[in-house]
Amino acid sequence: MIPQLALLPGYLTAHLQLSLIALALGIGFSVPLGVALTRLPRFERPALAVASVIQTIPSLALLAIMVPALAALGLRSIGFLPAIIGLTLYSILPVLRNTVIGLQGVDRTLIEAADGVGMTGAQRLWRVELPLALPVIVAGIRTATVWTVGMATLATPIGATSLGNYIFSGLQTRNYDAVLLGCVASAGLALLLDGLVRLLETGLRERRRARSWLALGIFALLYLYTGATLLPGLTGARAERPIVIGAKTFTEQYILADILAGQISRATGAPTRIVSSLGSTVAFDALGSGQIDAYVEYSGTIWATLMKRDDVLDRDTVLREVGDWLQTQHGIALVAALGFENSYALAMRGSEARRLDISDLSQLAPTAPRLTIGGDYEFFARPEWRAIQSAYGLAFKDQRILDTSLMYQAAAQGEVDVISAFSTDGRIAGFDLTVLADDRHAIPPYDAIILAGPALARDHPAALAALRNLAGSIDAPRMRAMNAEVDHDHVTPEAVAAQFLGAAGK
Amino acid sequence: MIELQSITKRYDGANVVADLSLSVAEGELLVLLGGSGSGKTTTLKMINRLIEPSSGIIRVDGEDVAGIARPKLRRRIGYVFQKVGLFPHLTIAENIAVTPSLLGWDKARIRRRVEELLNLVELDPTSGARFPGQLSGGQEQRVGVARALAAEPKVMLLDEPFGALDPLTRDRLQQSFLAIRKRLGLTAIFVTHDMVEALLLGDRIGVMHQGRLAQLGSPRDLLQRPADDYVRRLTETASRQADLVEKLKHGGGA
Repeated sequence: MIPQLALLPGYLTAHLQLSLIALALGIGFSVPLGVALTRLPRFERPALAVASVIQTIPSLALLAIMVPALAALGLRSIGFLPAIIGLTLYSILPVLRNTVIGLQGVDRTLIEAADGVGMTGAQRLWRVELPLALPVIVAGIRTATVWTVGMATLATPIGATSLGNYIFSGLQTRNYDAVLLGCVASAGLALLLDGLVRLLETGLRERRRARSWLALGIFALLYLYTGATLLPGLTGARAERPIVIGAKTFTEQYILADILAGQISRATGAPTRIVSSLGSTVAFDALGSGQIDAYVEYSGTIWATLMKRDDVLDRDTVLREVGDWLQTQHGIALVAALGFENSYALAMRGSEARRLDISDLSQLAPTAPRLTIGGDYEFFARPEWRAIQSAYGLAFKDQRILDTSLMYQAAAQGEVDVISAFSTDGRIAGFDLTVLADDRHAIPPYDAIILAGPALARDHPAALAALRNLAGSIDAPRMRAMNAEVDHDHVTPEAVAAQFLGAAGK
Repeated sequence: MIELQSITKRYDGANVVADLSLSVAEGELLVLLGGSGSGKTTTLKMINRLIEPSSGIIRVDGEDVAGIARPKLRRRIGYVFQKVGLFPHLTIAENIAVTPSLLGWDKARIRRRVEELLNLVELDPTSGARFPGQLSGGQEQRVGVARALAAEPKVMLLDEPFGALDPLTRDRLQQSFLAIRKRLGLTAIFVTHDMVEALLLGDRIGVMHQGRLAQLGSPRDLLQRPADDYVRRLTETASRQADLVEKLKHGGGA
């Protein structure tokens, strides 16, 4: 818990930045638009319809589609910008709708009275309509506040740090203290901001100056803090930009990112930064566009998913062809193969495998129609799954999609019989699962490889050389052991990485 | 002071007000009397341009109102609404001060004026700090009158201001209003559907029926020489009610 708490100021600050900026933009856009719509009733329905449609997009998906959308526009597609845009879009509907409803709800008699006493349109708006609509508008703002703070946790997979980092990495590394901390902190932040908005509103409505000023003062401080913490990142970024290492959303990736970062800083002293919990294709795209400098990928993923190859060749050939393809198609360097494979592999309960006498996929095939298979979000859509199915004629009774953080446990507890495991996952041994051999070689090799973007070779040749030194330094048992240390023994990925680098350095 | 020249207001092809002409002299109180749908409120609202006429010219103080910016025009004309329309989020004092503050009066002048007006409409000076929701219907309409008078207009328009009040309160407000009007020498148009109120308050009465002016004259003219059947029926009803009250008072049966 203590090392997790040390991360809190950073995560909380980042979460506050995302929430406050998105809310300010959302409110700043929606209230004036709402006012305009009550003046131009013709556009009211279309505008509210568009806002509603945005709202129906699941929040995670809305954030995720910002990545390719911004990339297509040539803008920074991971990190702060896509998160801010997604969150802002999401905050529009409640504020817009309540602004329109609030203004429409103002008694017609009072509108006429305001005209009758000689107010101009603007005076009527500021002196009569907005004050009277305020409670309804504020209700919308409060809804948007709670939504935005909650949804900001989902900014983590698109590369923006938030309290979601606790939740995503905690779920993957089975560190439920971290998950709880992330949830409690974000709920607390939501309640705090909601309470502040409420304080401001009652202060204004009941004319309690002290109360309004208190709320405004706290908001001003929060925004000042946000601005002060954000500015150096925006302006000073060019001067000393750290080397950015990416990590996907599972334990091994967290450890390897720490190893890469540690290796670079030990060898060169250059500052590094880790952007963790990136979605699978987000990481590759981010590397291609120079938003991260290096991360660990798996040769088979590139082979099957990006190169669309369905033939299965040996490890060395695949490595060579993948390296050539990356260099020519994307200008990305395959720096080194770490020395182990982490391939998709089907696994089942050890006791069950022994009872049914199954040790490879050929033996699984006849029994499969009586079994249920569980896979992660992408497995059943991946070419490897189709390859396995056709090579072995596998047909299961049922298939279920599970989060990787729950999948191994589900297999151990018999909720599913077979899962799409990763061969180096520490939980295979931890839960006494048996990996079934791919005896017909349907799955391509999955060598862990360090990829580096063009900027790293150009700007930091020493860092690239340091990464190259990691070639062949980790074998599969070593990786499995390190994964188990995090997943089972709850050592932090940083500590495991430091231990590895310390041992390797001697 | 107020002059309407062939005013017509059409909604969806139907004339709500048809070719109406009248003028109100300085210091005169004209009552527009009529049933619902007679066009009396529409006529009133066209004077301060809450409603724009389809055709015709309206002059206030010799000036064509169509050439005056609406807010500017309305700040010169006091308007009392049937539903009062006090702003619920503002105090009584702030409600009364609304037009002076739009005109940019300084704070001291506004404060003096609000005190003066609370006094004039016979409200407790401490009630300025209260909110409209805390007042009775009669008190609210006193504030409504005070608000209309705040910027010292020469012209007042009143749209059935006492229509929703109980008879005793109504009588008290009518008396107050008569006194205020005399003191300030206001030119006013007062809309009502109540014949007795019209007879009591009006220097002249314009009877409106189906968008037209059925008769325009002094209360005596109306009672003695009704111009048509409609006016006759109106005055006869009032007379009959008065007779009945007289008879009952003197012990006679109906």
